[in-house]
This record gives sequence, C-alpha cells and structure tokens, in this order.
Amino acid sequence: MLTSKGIKNVKEGFPLKIQADEVKNVDIDFDQDFISKMVPKLDWNALIFAAQCVGHKEDLPDTLPEGYENDEDLLRKLHHILLEVEVINGCLECPETQRKFPISNGIPNMLLNEDEV
Amino acid sequence: MDNCEKIKTPLFSNITSEDLEHIYEPYEDSFLLIDALEKDLHMIRESQPSVCLEVGSGSGVVLTALASALGPRCQYRATDINPRACRVTRETGKLNGVKIETTCTDLVSAVQDELKGKVDVLLFNPPYVVTPSDEIGRGDLEHTWAGGERGREVMDRLFPCVDSLLSPQGLFYLVALKENDPDDICETMAKFGFSNTTLLARQTGPEKLCVLRFGHKQE
Ligand SMILES: C[S@@+](CC[C@H](N)C(=O)[O-])C[C@H]1O[C@@H](n2cnc3c(N)ncnc32)[C@H](O)[C@@H]1O
Repeated sequence: MLTSKGIKNVKEGFPLKIQADEVKNVDIDFDQDFISKMVPKLDWNALIFAAQCVGHKEDLPDTLPEGYENDEDLLRKLHHILLEVEVINGCLECPETQRKFPISNGIPNMLLNEDEV
Repeated sequence: MDNCEKIKTPLFSNITSEDLEHIYEPYEDSFLLIDALEKDLHMIRESQPSVCLEVGSGSGVVLTALASALGPRCQYRATDINPRACRVTRETGKLNGVKIETTCTDLVSAVQDELKGKVDVLLFNPPYVVTPSDEIGRGDLEHTWAGGERGREVMDRLFPCVDSLLSPQGLFYLVALKENDPDDICETMAKFGFSNTTLLARQTGPEKLCVLRFGHKQE
C-alpha cells in the first residue's frame, strides 16, 4: 500500500484509492505459515479498502479476528487477495489531492512533477 | 561451503538491445553486489527475512538473484526512477520464477510509510560516478551513473531514510566507489546509528568498487 505523501502539503496520502481497469489472477502455491506471518504486519483497514476497490471484499471481516493463524479458510482468501490478484492497468488516487497515478503493466508510477514536491 | 549457499546468476535474456539504450546493463558492480550477498547468504537465510527491497533496481538482476536463492517466503520489492527499468525488473523476476513488486518512484518516496521498520534486506547500487550536479536526471542513462559531486548526491538522499525503513535486524548493502569516500559514508551512517562492514572490494578497470554493509548498532 503505497502513499502519495511525497506531494507537497499532503499529510497522509493514504490509503490510495485503486481503480482497477485490468486485473489478472495468477496462481501461487498456498503457504499457510507464510501468510499467517504476514498478516499481523498488514494495515487491516487499508487491506479491506484495497480489496473493496478491486471488487474482492467478499466476506473478509472488518477486523482481524483472533485465532486467524488457524483459520485456513480466511488465510486462503488473504493469500488470494495479497498474492494472486494483480492490478495490471488502472490508477491510484491520492485521497487528499485526487492526483491520479497510473498503473501500467502492473507497475504504479508514483513519480511527481517538480512543481508537486 | 556447500552448493545451496551459492547464488546463481539469473537469466536476463528478456532484456532487449532497445532496453539497454535506457537502462543499466548488468555490469561488474551488479555482480559485485551479488557476490557480496552470496558471502552473506547463509546469515541472511538464517534471519528468515520477510521483506527485501532494492532501490534503483535497473534490470532487476541483483534482486532476482537474491530472491531465487532465498525462495518465495519473502516479499521482494523494487523501486526505480525509470519506468522502463521498473518494467524490466518485473520481467527479469518473472523469467526466473520470482515475483517482484515494483514501484516507479524517487528512491523510496512512495514505499517508505508502508515498509517502515519492515525491511530486512535493503540493497542499493546507486549512480555513483562523479559528475557535474546538473547531469543528474538529464535522462534515463544519466540516472544510471550520474552521482553529482563526489558521486554522492543521489545516495546521500537515501541515507537519512534507512533507519526508519530497516527492521531491528535489517541490513543495508551499498555499492560505492573510492571517489565516493567510503570512510565518510560510514561516518555519515554512524551518525544515523549504524555500524559498518566492508564486505568486498574490487578493482574493475579504473573503478575501485566496494560493497558496504550497514546494520543498527547493537546496544
Ligand atoms: C548503477 S544502476 C544499478 C542498476 C541495478 N541495480 C544493477 O545493479 O545492475 C543505478 C540505478 O538507480 C536508478 N536510479 C537513479 N536515481 C534514482 C532515484 N532517484 N530513485 C530511484 N532509482 C534511481 C537508475 O535508474 C538505475 O537503474
């Protein structure tokens, strides 16, 4: 979850709204241990927001439930949204300035013009 | 040392001659950094890193090499100021079966909040050649080598960000040239709370290169 804080006067620049024009699903082997180690490091609200943006909110809970380490079903969903869903084309929008950053070939371009920094 | 402690040079046949008019071709300095990582591979692996970040990834060979050796239980992230380098980095990863999430941004600008305190391995082979300051940013290829005064102008902007990016055990690997004054780099990093090790030094043609490793000073 990137930020647009580099823009002059932007305080948080987070979370960026994702507009997904083209989404690709890739297959990656499920590694329960790896995902459950990753989960506590995530900003849960931002993750839910991102999942919503790309139409994958599904039934992800609004807060991270206790005992998630053993909830294979939840971890599988997280595996999918975190690793397998790739936004190939679209854009990211700064919540404060509405500045849009293009995503092309799966790469967000967060470069700013000189008059923006 | 046994075989599994080696780092394979990744494939990079995806890079076209047109790409090479815009991005940095894997060269001695790239391979020196890979060699330095190989030296530390055992230690890096033991530390079970969860995030590796390469700044200015160019062709992506260095991060791809590390990722191939460490395996998929880690998040690999790259940045470059050049959109084409970002694209090639992603492709080089893909060709070698590793997933690299790449962001086009100035140094770590767009990723530093997200990755705060999470980066276990930070890599930078910066533009280090001594040039007039106004040569920096003149074009894609200038970005690959033009370092301005003492060749330090680009890397010096990253140093203040390293402390907040690295995890408590995190390590920062930097390629530098003799002209960049490695002793002075180490002094600067010491002020930010880092101890240093010179991992490798090598003369290639007229360039005296080294790889420095920094870690938080342990209390
Ligand atoms: C010496 S090349 C190293 C490329 C690659 N890592 C390697 O070792 O082969 C330096 C790289 O840093 C990138 N770069 C230069 N200035 C940058 C900046 N301000 N932010 C991000 N990347 C930058 C260049 O585009 C180039 O890809």
